[in-house]
Amino acid sequence: MDESKIEKHTIAVLVDNEPGVLARVIGLFSGRGYNIESLTVAEVNNADHVSRITLVTSGTRMIIEQIKAQLSRLVPVHRVHDLTDEGPSVERELALVKVAGTGEKRIEALRLADIFKATVLDATLTSFVFELTGTTEQVDDFVGLMAQLGLVEASRTGVVAMSKGASGF
Amino acid sequence: MPEQKLTGAQIIIKALKDQGVDTIFGYPGGAVLPIYDALFQQNDLRHILVRHEQAAVHAAEGYARSTGKVGCVLVTSGPGATNAVTGLLDALCDSIPLVCVSGQVPTHLIGNDAFQEADTTGITRPCTKHNYLVKDVNNLARIMHEAFYVARSGRPGPVLIDVPKDVQFADGIYVPPTEVKHKTYRPQVKPEIARVEEAIELIASAKRPVFYTGGGVINAGPMAAKLLTQFVKTTGFPITSTLMGLGAFPASDAQWLGMLGMHGTYEANLAMYNCDVMINIGARFDDRVTGKLSEFAPGSKKIHVDIDPSSINKNVVVDIPIVGDCGAVLEAMLTMWKARQKRADQAALKDWWKQIEGWRARNCLNYNRTESVIKPQYALERLREALRGKDHYITTEVGQHQMWAAQFLPFDQPNRWMTSGGLGTMGYGLPAAIGAQIAHPEAIVVDVSGEASFLMNMQEIGTAVQYRAPVKVFILNNQYMGMVRQWQELLHGSRFSQSYSEALPDFVKLAEAWGCVGLRATTVAEVDEVIEKMLAVTDRPCIVDIAVDPKENCFPMIPGGKAHNEILLGPEDTPSSATPEDGMVLV
Repeated sequence: MDESKIEKHTIAVLVDNEPGVLARVIGLFSGRGYNIESLTVAEVNNADHVSRITLVTSGTRMIIEQIKAQLSRLVPVHRVHDLTDEGPSVERELALVKVAGTGEKRIEALRLADIFKATVLDATLTSFVFELTGTTEQVDDFVGLMAQLGLVEASRTGVVAMSKGASGF
Repeated sequence: MPEQKLTGAQIIIKALKDQGVDTIFGYPGGAVLPIYDALFQQNDLRHILVRHEQAAVHAAEGYARSTGKVGCVLVTSGPGATNAVTGLLDALCDSIPLVCVSGQVPTHLIGNDAFQEADTTGITRPCTKHNYLVKDVNNLARIMHEAFYVARSGRPGPVLIDVPKDVQFADGIYVPPTEVKHKTYRPQVKPEIARVEEAIELIASAKRPVFYTGGGVINAGPMAAKLLTQFVKTTGFPITSTLMGLGAFPASDAQWLGMLGMHGTYEANLAMYNCDVMINIGARFDDRVTGKLSEFAPGSKKIHVDIDPSSINKNVVVDIPIVGDCGAVLEAMLTMWKARQKRADQAALKDWWKQIEGWRARNCLNYNRTESVIKPQYALERLREALRGKDHYITTEVGQHQMWAAQFLPFDQPNRWMTSGGLGTMGYGLPAAIGAQIAHPEAIVVDVSGEASFLMNMQEIGTAVQYRAPVKVFILNNQYMGMVRQWQELLHGSRFSQSYSEALPDFVKLAEAWGCVGLRATTVAEVDEVIEKMLAVTDRPCIVDIAVDPKENCFPMIPGGKAHNEILLGPEDTPSSATPEDGMVLV
């Protein structure tokens, strides 16, 4: 095994939704010099105040193992799952993309949106706001194409992920 | 029983009592006045008034480390809390269980840049194992009990509870510790038996084994130290330990090789370098110990026992990781070793010991004995003789004197040695000594100090006087920040940049100003006499100024970025080649 190989991992973390918990997770990454490529968080169990954090990070195998161990030892953390290691999983991210333009460019933007199965959330005579759900790569591709057709803004949620199959995570 | 309504301040005091706390170290201020008022109206909990909040935390560390209990601290908001930060991080680095209660401005003023407001939970988040901001008085009792549980469970550490002043005044419901169970935090204590099995097989097959133990054994309690001693005696293997682990195995035993690492003994470091099986119990492959990672114990198989899974494979990849409490793992190992009637390879072990005795014969702690000037090592040897057979505790500050104390003072029991290992906090030793002395009023407590470190928290002599804590401050005064000077001499062309303290006080007069005993030794002949007089003082602190050789360096030494076998034994040794650049950047 190549120990210096950089791997990209998607990690799901269940935490108590208490004040400061996100700061703890982010502080751990900045304080120890780990990468965060994407991080999303929202409460998933209102009754028990449990939130699910999905984060995408990269590093050598040793660093990835450290990240998981460090996350696990934070006091409000319930569970840490490495979705990349634990078998097949699905990943999605949602993007809102604002494109302004007229004429052929505007028509082309709409055509591409159709191909990517993006929906139009807002339309004016000179602009669209598209909503697109897909993998990070699909969103990258779409935003890349829109850049040539009058991209104004892109807002992305970051990755949420879940393991395939009947069992948890 | 009807639900009890108490004020927040009363809840804090009651929770402390219910957690078995008898002593708390602190300093009052505006945001903790209700708690101090509640303290005033009871007699079970003793408050030790320090002179600076940093010292309150170090004193609580000294108390905790010498008793095995959780140390407790009480500070006010803003500067009270920020002053405590160094102590909290010190406790985090050395895995010392503490609970620190800090006052906060009232809830409605949080975020308003109020007087003495600080984002205490924000500032202390990376300096504590966990922290809380209590916004509802009805959560206070639960949080207090949780804090004690978190502080002492798993890998111990400091926990801070920030309590706004209005919450201290508010009435709330008290719940006893028995009704509080933490939602998520369940550290693994018992090891996986399959792993212990693998470890036992590897240990039994070893030809050149070495035990490398650390603070985890001390933290696991005196029973763990007993089990370690038993296991090491049963196997007949050599044992070394980190700075934090001293005392877990008796230093007077023939199997003891001395401390390892940057200023460890020649035999301990070479045993590590040449071993074929390393049994790490409760140590963390710290950079002070490993030296150059790529040449750390090459060709060895490694077992690593640690209660903190994040310590495993962090710096060094090991063959058999075992997550668990050192005591529980040692018990499992010992039981299995006996049940399976394992025995070490006696022939191989004999050869290995022969090799080790050869290294030991180099007598690496030897120094240039002279009558013309007091060598710091000599002063410590005399202190060692004077303390022999007496019930004593040693604390240190940070620097050369700390390493000499680790080399020259023998520890046969755990919880007797308190030093700032991870953070390396100058100014730790005096307050820690006060904490240890408060816990053990009849014992001899000596802070082996340097004059520069002593100056960092010397105000605490006032605390010691106030509580008649007869701590002994044993200053090895070389007028330099000795370890800085040593590195400048060895690595920076003897350019002694800012490492010399001019205008040092007269330490004898300083002692007298506080009503303590001050003593000084300037000649070799005076050393014994001064130590004898120092030990005779039992009703007040005593400051001893030993004028030692200002040029003495601490050896052995493994220069930064070097491997264990590149150890320097004395001033006549020069590094095998210039310290490489990647070594120079290491501290």
